[in-house]
Amino acid sequence: MSKIYDLGIDVGSTTVKTVILDEGEFVYNKYERHFSKVRETVAQQLSAIRELYPEDKFRIAITGSAGLGIAQASGIAFVQEVFSAFIAVNKRYPKADVVVELGGEDAKIIFLTGGVEQRMNGSCAGGTGAFIDQMAGLLGVDPDEMNELALKAQKLYPIASRCGVFAKSDIQPLLNQGAKKEDIAASIFQAVVDQTVSGLAQGRKIAGQVLFLGGPLTYLSALRKAFRETLSLTEENAVLPENSSCYMGFGAALHADTLAEEMTIDEALEKIKNAKTGDSIVIGKRLFDSREDYNEFVKRHMKSDLRYEDIREYEGEAYLGIDAGSTTTKLVLITPDGKLLYQHYCSNRGQPLDIIAQKLGEIYELANPNLVIKASAVTGYGEELIKAGLGVDYGIVETVAHYKAAAYFCPDVDFIIDIGGQDIKCFKIKQNAIDSIMLNEACSSGCGSFIQTFAGAMGYDIAEFARLGLFAKAPVELGSRCTVFMNSSVKQAQKDGASVEDISAGLSSSIIKNAVYKVIRAKSIDELGKNIVVQGGTFLNDAVLRSFEMELGRNVIRPAIAGLMGAFGCALFAKEKSRGLDKNSNVLSKEQLEQFSYKSSAVTCGGCGAHCNLTIIRFNDGHRFTSGNRCEKGAGIKLTDRTENLVEYKYRKILSYADDKPAAPIARVGIPLALSYYDLMPYFATMLKELGFEVVISEESTRATYYKGQQTIPSDTVCYPAKLCHGHIESLLEQGVDFIFYPCMSYNMDEGQSDNHYNCPVVAYYPELLKANNDELTDENFIAPYLDINRKNHVAKAVARSLAKYGITKDKVAAVLNKAYSEQFRYRRDIEAKAMEIMAEARRKGEQIVVLAGRPYHIDPEINHGIHKLIASLGFAVITEDSVSNLVNTPALDVLNQWTYHSRLYRAAEYVCEHEDMQLVQLVSFGCGIDAVTTDEVRAILEEKGKLYTQLKIDEITNLGAAKIRLRSLAAALEEKQASQEIKKEEITA
Amino acid sequence: MSKSEKVTKTSGSDRVNRSYLDKSRRREYTILIPDMLPIHFKLIMAIYKKYGYNMELLQTSTRNVIDEGLKNVHNDTCYPALLVVGQFMDALKSGKYDLDHTALLISQTGGGCRASNYIHLLRKALSETYPQIPVLSLNFSGLEKNASIDVTPSIALKLIYAVLYGDMLMLLYNQCKPYEVNKGETDRLLARWQHRLGKLFETRNRYMHTKSIYRAILKDFSAIERTKEKKPKVGIVGEIYVKYSPLANNHLNEFLLEEGCEPNVPGLLDFVLYCASDSVNDGLLYDKKDKDYFLFGIGYDILYKFQKQQIRIIKECSDFQPPHDFEHLRKCADKYMNQGVKMGEGWLITAEMAALAETGTKNIICTQPFGCLPNHIVAKGMSRRIKEAYPDANIVAIDYDPGATKVNQENRIKLMLANAVIE
Repeated sequence: MSKIYDLGIDVGSTTVKTVILDEGEFVYNKYERHFSKVRETVAQQLSAIRELYPEDKFRIAITGSAGLGIAQASGIAFVQEVFSAFIAVNKRYPKADVVVELGGEDAKIIFLTGGVEQRMNGSCAGGTGAFIDQMAGLLGVDPDEMNELALKAQKLYPIASRCGVFAKSDIQPLLNQGAKKEDIAASIFQAVVDQTVSGLAQGRKIAGQVLFLGGPLTYLSALRKAFRETLSLTEENAVLPENSSCYMGFGAALHADTLAEEMTIDEALEKIKNAKTGDSIVIGKRLFDSREDYNEFVKRHMKSDLRYEDIREYEGEAYLGIDAGSTTTKLVLITPDGKLLYQHYCSNRGQPLDIIAQKLGEIYELANPNLVIKASAVTGYGEELIKAGLGVDYGIVETVAHYKAAAYFCPDVDFIIDIGGQDIKCFKIKQNAIDSIMLNEACSSGCGSFIQTFAGAMGYDIAEFARLGLFAKAPVELGSRCTVFMNSSVKQAQKDGASVEDISAGLSSSIIKNAVYKVIRAKSIDELGKNIVVQGGTFLNDAVLRSFEMELGRNVIRPAIAGLMGAFGCALFAKEKSRGLDKNSNVLSKEQLEQFSYKSSAVTCGGCGAHCNLTIIRFNDGHRFTSGNRCEKGAGIKLTDRTENLVEYKYRKILSYADDKPAAPIARVGIPLALSYYDLMPYFATMLKELGFEVVISEESTRATYYKGQQTIPSDTVCYPAKLCHGHIESLLEQGVDFIFYPCMSYNMDEGQSDNHYNCPVVAYYPELLKANNDELTDENFIAPYLDINRKNHVAKAVARSLAKYGITKDKVAAVLNKAYSEQFRYRRDIEAKAMEIMAEARRKGEQIVVLAGRPYHIDPEINHGIHKLIASLGFAVITEDSVSNLVNTPALDVLNQWTYHSRLYRAAEYVCEHEDMQLVQLVSFGCGIDAVTTDEVRAILEEKGKLYTQLKIDEITNLGAAKIRLRSLAAALEEKQASQEIKKEEITA
Repeated sequence: MSKSEKVTKTSGSDRVNRSYLDKSRRREYTILIPDMLPIHFKLIMAIYKKYGYNMELLQTSTRNVIDEGLKNVHNDTCYPALLVVGQFMDALKSGKYDLDHTALLISQTGGGCRASNYIHLLRKALSETYPQIPVLSLNFSGLEKNASIDVTPSIALKLIYAVLYGDMLMLLYNQCKPYEVNKGETDRLLARWQHRLGKLFETRNRYMHTKSIYRAILKDFSAIERTKEKKPKVGIVGEIYVKYSPLANNHLNEFLLEEGCEPNVPGLLDFVLYCASDSVNDGLLYDKKDKDYFLFGIGYDILYKFQKQQIRIIKECSDFQPPHDFEHLRKCADKYMNQGVKMGEGWLITAEMAALAETGTKNIICTQPFGCLPNHIVAKGMSRRIKEAYPDANIVAIDYDPGATKVNQENRIKLMLANAVIE
């Protein structure tokens, strides 16, 4: 006797879930990964159901992010997935207050009480389930093991949570520094929680009874624990419903109950089979038209191979090169004439030190007793650790290592591009020196490992996956932006029926487009030069290499050891450096290696307000290595004779404006230490003090400041300096000020050097946003007049109007304004004078001078993460853009020069061009749209005069790895330049 | 005479080549314009035709447009800039145009947002490959004196009429199309009126007879046979280019129509009035009662009268829902923020969301380029307040950028529509 059931099919980004209900009760459910074979998996599950219910009829509804296409094409009803979760929860848990649902790539929150609201992650937030998978891969464990690890954690590290790529760049150094996996695992889960709270809740409190849904929350107890603790939920209020992973399918089945159409499984299968796929896939060019083409290609690249020598037979000197990269470790041992004795390439599984020690042991095992390691060098993220731990002789910056290696294969190389697991590095070579460096910004990195993760998700190993792409008939065009976005593009392509082959080819081409458009940003091929060398493990993938050649329209050189180039360059460098030295390498000998062991521990540095998380590694011979510190203090190095740093000077100066307190103030007024106050503090603090108020400056920014205000941030893509503002408001409220004074300013001070003198929209109007999103702010305690400070009379009037309650009149304001203006003026003169002093000192000592150019608020240590100290530690004197911008006129520009702060950048660049011993490093906050305009222009000004341009992108990420590479490369390039100039001079005098 | 002498060349810096159109030779040129507001822009083309400018509206929307954009402008630049530049570069490379007789037209508002820099980004993009292509600016702020397209008082007036008629056509189209009984009738009527208005702009002053023209348009659209069913109304607000341009918003208007909704897109006149009111607001806020304050004040009054007339006639002669009264929008804005928020679309976005919610369009899509700076404040920053004021408002913010996929955007819109059904 046939019966009617309700069937819900939830087709997610990674799984298919089916739920059958009989009169609203669960009778069947299944959860299965689809490995991107969406349609096949659905059909399989339906066939399985047919076996169980051959005679029965079903009302069917499909839901899920990948279900829409199937539903549309097959004519089966569709219900949006958040909505179906909503239906399900309403049915089972009518009393729930909030639902948190994490899926493969989506995160959702449904607020049920106090105004129903359903939210999904924005297009930037990236996946959560997929994110966890990826992070687990990074740790070399599966998600379940990561869960076990996390439960044993003792300590949390701050990990950027906005998207997977950011998080990766935080995690990798932790791994490399030897932080405990347990702690990292827990920190990853905490990052997911933070992301959900800040990115989705956006100011709404997650409280009351909270339901956890979706795969990750069902299977990972440590993740639930992190949520429970962060949200301070009681056990009873943190509910994991039965069948929580299938809730959307359940909701879809409930929705199906309202449908009229009934069908048998066979009919449903028929519909799905016959569903026409959309024709919206854009097809790219084929990689190879034929086998012959491919063979030709392989033959061409075979030419760039090294010669080999048997390590067992070889007697004599050898050079060791190590590249302790972010995800992989590479070692080579070469003979003096560049023959390869030993090579190794492997994933470091978070333990680079162990792996390298082990491989060094292997070299000793294999080597002929008469082989002598003459010198060794190391590069990469793990450079310092390896150098300290294993006694490697030299440490060099990656860019130099790669250039050395590339030049070996192609002495006239003009352009090198290296795509590794985590980074893309490109550099131009001019006159035998690295001329300009392009690194991928934090938001698009992770390229090589991305394709690997993707291959894994589809159930292939990377080599097989790449092979599939070579002869794809119709490669799909995927996006060219950040990898998280590519995930959705792939999802769409799969929905439209693209094959694994086509996707593999498409991904290769995407990676290349990302490199060409986003990192290199070349307009014409000629810009790159004639001789291009490609390297990095990712280029061992023939599909990627071919895509690159096709995109460029020309052939490139790929050495057969593409993945080992960093290590090879190190070995060459070691050879070069040790020439003429009468000693062997310091690297641990066979006997020392056998004794080698270490212990790592984590501590928080108390040296200054930055509270760096330090990892201290104690080696068995008693010496220790500290990492995670941003300055020498943390490493226990004494500072002597350091040239003053203008960033610190300015910062202290700004803070000093809260120092003198009037005896009987009218009221206590709070000033948030954020955004434009970092520039106009002297003006406003003086004005308020002179009017008889006590000025209270909010706390100095730390990570904790950010967390304090996190709940009130409505836009998760706004820049970090703006986000910090929320915490400063909280800080002022905590200090019980009578009111906060924070004016809105469309216009900033007119410095007479630009077409207009706007503030950027965020700086100009952030007070409006703060007020609209913080319930504690009222018209009484948050005073935000609109001011144009170039108009004295108006300022007097407007300020008086806003402070009338305190008996302030226009005359009173007018009487103190002159003092305010002159204080602002005096402050600027003081900064300029200090800069002169610093420059003079630097010149006396023969130091190069770096203008750290950004915005006034980039002196905040929580925003710049101590980059100024890092620059100083490399032997530069540091001054700021506003200390020299008044010394020159604006150069000829090709942009509309209409913002006061940005206009200073152009002038600072012009000033730098006029001085041989000066360099400019531009700080850019992630999400600053205006800097998309300024960076290109500043670069153009500098490069026209033959200066190097260095840009550092900063965000909430605290890891300075990428910044370090750039700065060290800058230092190395300057050194080379100087050396070659000296050689020239010698030639002339000779 | 060699070809390159046809254009005069001056420079900002020596790094970028810039060409200027010799206006006496304008007839020899085809001027390409980007795809933003097809209905309005076609009318504007008709106007300029009379003055010897041959314009062509680009309506390409291939992947190559985006790729060219990515190649030619900084990738962190906002999506509209990327698309506009990409669309131009795609066109120039297509081989369809005689490159010695092609110029580009781009609008400039001159506010504190990045958009005022589009023209410079475009010039940088052209500099190497197409130094001979002149770029023209359409602006009312005195920017780019050497490179502006003529906006004489009489042209300006005509442009205003074009905005008025364009807005009206867009408004009526969206209110008829979802309910039309005879498929395609609304589209045909729209095309007919675009053509007729184009002809009217060629006359000396017949286009100025707004009253009779409005009535005629209303009569025609009222005559379209429509069903009585109730469909969810969905308002579209946001950054001006993404809000209107089908290229940028992945044909949002069409998508909503297919999903069985009635799109409600506030007109271009609101933006024009908003720009005019900025100078007035600045004058009041900062005691800056300069020439701009008075001129724009007068302009504002004239434009506002035009709008009031249009609203009155729509109410009198039809049962269509008229546009929002701009003074009312300003009052809506005042509930949330000061009208001093004037960068990008500024307070207008907040005001439009509030006004839509208030007049029965509870479902609102706020379109924005990914990372749009003013939108942090006026859209995402204010949606909480608007939700408090209108608890049943159903607002979704959609980000547009080269990497955002259509499926992702549509999924979020569908979520919003699912809620629209609940009510």
